[in-house]
Amino acid sequence: MSITQFLFYFLTVLALFSAVMVVVSKNPVHSVLWLIAVFFAISGHYILLNAQFLAIVNLIVYAGAIMVLFLFVIMLMNLNASTEPQKNNWLKLAGVIAGGCFLMVLVSLVKQANELNNIAVTMGTGEIGLIKNLGKALFNDFVVPFEISSVLFLSAMVGAVVIGKKA
Amino acid sequence: MPIQYYIYLCLALFSIGIVGVLTRRNAIIVFMCIELMLNAVNLLLVAFSKVHNTAALAADKTSMLGIEAQLFVFFIMVVAAAEVSVGLAIIVMMYRNVHSVDINFLNRLKN
Repeated sequence: MSITQFLFYFLTVLALFSAVMVVVSKNPVHSVLWLIAVFFAISGHYILLNAQFLAIVNLIVYAGAIMVLFLFVIMLMNLNASTEPQKNNWLKLAGVIAGGCFLMVLVSLVKQANELNNIAVTMGTGEIGLIKNLGKALFNDFVVPFEISSVLFLSAMVGAVVIGKKA
Repeated sequence: MPIQYYIYLCLALFSIGIVGVLTRRNAIIVFMCIELMLNAVNLLLVAFSKVHNTAALAADKTSMLGIEAQLFVFFIMVVAAAEVSVGLAIIVMMYRNVHSVDINFLNRLKN
């Protein structure tokens, strides 16, 4: 087994285990920390796919900014395992069965798709993930969506301030 | 790596996010599970962009086919950041009014 294959399996197991722990942790702070582990594993996958810019942006934006915001809100509300509201066990079981059926249907669909055979993802090659090429495409072909996203951020900022203001 | 492995990984992550949304009552955890689903989709977009780029590179050594998917992932992250800031503001406002983040208190949508 080559080193990239080993890293793929390691990051996959890490991502899945951490994702399960996000859902089953009683303490919301632990959930946030496990979600940060998921984001690190996904960033590792991006690096294996040679999407280095997205790996760094994923770490900075998600694991850095968004998760700190979540942690800040959780600590502001002083949430812990004892104040955690719980659904009853039948509803939990129904949720797990529904999610499992969804997974089973989609996995069987992918298993039947013969078009996907013989398609391999080559790791560690290719240059489309490099910041030089992404920047050229972003500021030539996607400059209008880029500017619109700045308006989106401005409106989100105004919206957050208006909602957060004491009415 | 066959593309199926990536599809199975992303389906599993997405389903775990769905199970989290269905089984938890804490609004913040539900929100975090939605972020998990967004990230599963992002990973699949990057994997398929690699596949298309590798196929195009066989014909043209300098092909940039597939770069759009990586920019879509970038814009998904941008929208997710804006969404999180507004969503957490709504949750904080709800906590100030009912002193709880239990989504069962939200089903009335008034008072």
